[in-house]
Amino acid sequence: MTIGQMTTGQMTIGQMTTGLRLVLRGVSHAYRDLTVLDDIALTAEPGEVMVLVGPSGCGKSTLLGIMGGMLAPSGGSVTVEGMVAEDCLNPLTYVFQDFALLPWRTVAGNIELVLERRLPRVDRVARVAEVLALTGLTAFADSWPKQLSGGMRQRVGIARALAVRPACLLMDEPLSALDAQTRDLLLDEFSAIIARAGTTTVYVTHNLNEAVRLGQQIVVLSRRPGRVRAVIRIDRPLAERQARDPDLLAIEENLWRMIRDDAAAAERERIDAPA
Amino acid sequence: MPRLEGPVRYRGGGFTPSERAWTAAGTLLGLVALWQAGASAGLIKSLFLPPPIAIATALWHLTLSGELWRHLSASLARLGVGWVLGTAFGVSMGLAVGLWSALRSPGMAVVAALFPIPKIALVPLFIIWFGIGEGSKIATLAFGVFFPTVIATAGGVDNVPRGLIRMGQSFGLSTWAIVRTIILPGALPAILSGFRVTTSIAIVLLVAAEMIGAEQGIGAFVLSAGNLYDTDNLLAGIVVLSVLGLTVAWVIGRLERALLAWR
Repeated sequence: MTIGQMTTGQMTIGQMTTGLRLVLRGVSHAYRDLTVLDDIALTAEPGEVMVLVGPSGCGKSTLLGIMGGMLAPSGGSVTVEGMVAEDCLNPLTYVFQDFALLPWRTVAGNIELVLERRLPRVDRVARVAEVLALTGLTAFADSWPKQLSGGMRQRVGIARALAVRPACLLMDEPLSALDAQTRDLLLDEFSAIIARAGTTTVYVTHNLNEAVRLGQQIVVLSRRPGRVRAVIRIDRPLAERQARDPDLLAIEENLWRMIRDDAAAAERERIDAPA
Repeated sequence: MPRLEGPVRYRGGGFTPSERAWTAAGTLLGLVALWQAGASAGLIKSLFLPPPIAIATALWHLTLSGELWRHLSASLARLGVGWVLGTAFGVSMGLAVGLWSALRSPGMAVVAALFPIPKIALVPLFIIWFGIGEGSKIATLAFGVFFPTVIATAGGVDNVPRGLIRMGQSFGLSTWAIVRTIILPGALPAILSGFRVTTSIAIVLLVAAEMIGAEQGIGAFVLSAGNLYDTDNLLAGIVVLSVLGLTVAWVIGRLERALLAWR
């Protein structure tokens, strides 16, 4: 077991625990004069799923970018602490809304991309075969991304993320680009994969049903500038949650009541910065 | 109030031209046949424009005597070396301009200032710099190929989706790995379509350079035939250049089909 080597930028190595904990302290962010995130303090607990919800433009994707070191926050810090597996190649790993697959590589090639020069060839082939099997893509190993439906493309995105044995999955609206039926099917798969992998997961969505299905911790962000409005806990294991559970639907309803006015106001805002 | 009744009129379709290879070849052959027919019927004077059969005969004699190959091999060597040099430097410069802010504006300023210069006008200068021999001819070619390659490559790099580059970064790929596995393949379509332009430019410049102080090469051959008003041989040389251009375009087409199968 080794400690995550996260010493760049705002990240420092924390003390040892099992699994990876992601701690945000006073994180703020502004694009020029426009403040999008204001004083966010959150902790993603090891092995748990933290879902970020909020009206569009509240900075949830920005926050996810900051968490994984893809954006430097204007203020505050992000810290990781905990043990990561020996074979982990990329502790903080994203799954993207637009899949971000290389169109000139096959399904297998896209997964191999993130293993090249890090694993010997034999291990690489084995690792690719393993994650393809896990996501039901074995028969599609040699297909081009353009030949796949949106749902299959996102399965490739998931397979690629799992291939590096992540300690923390950062999922940026992974189902938003899919149609409603595919979304339901994939949500069940994600739920099973996340529950089994046991990684710390941060999941950004605007879909409240996804939030109550996946989240142990649901963070409600306010409209811009994004602040934490509420944190709701659901302790029931993911495997025991069903799409139509009355208590989950009640929480979903409650979340919508919280967000509704903000969402209505945000929707009428101009997307660019106020002068 | 106007009343609508009857079937809905079809108003979609069209705007989807398709490739028909046989009509391409057929058109060229048809034009040559028409030309020959005009000459045989006495409508086109052979002094004015030699008929295809006369040109073919000239080509045949040139092939048999080995003269064609002597000129063609000299031209092909210059074309190959000059184009490869210009392309290698051009792609490198295009990548540099596309990747680093420090080089972008200075590089593009130089390209914008030098690209519009007709390279033929610089041939005397190249002769002073690189000598009357192969050096000046290769330099003319390389110089002419360099600038459009820079522009095509830089444009290709600019058009690689940033999301894919961020993906590479998020998986911890090194800068070099991102260039090699994401930026270069992403820019490849633009670079290859640049090749179509630069190979044509290279052939034009090749002939021009060979018309200044060369004894061998298709350009020199065409020039000497022209000086003697030997129109059969003049046009035979031009046919060789046309076939050369078609062959190069065909090779690039195959290359595109092989390398861009994913599109």
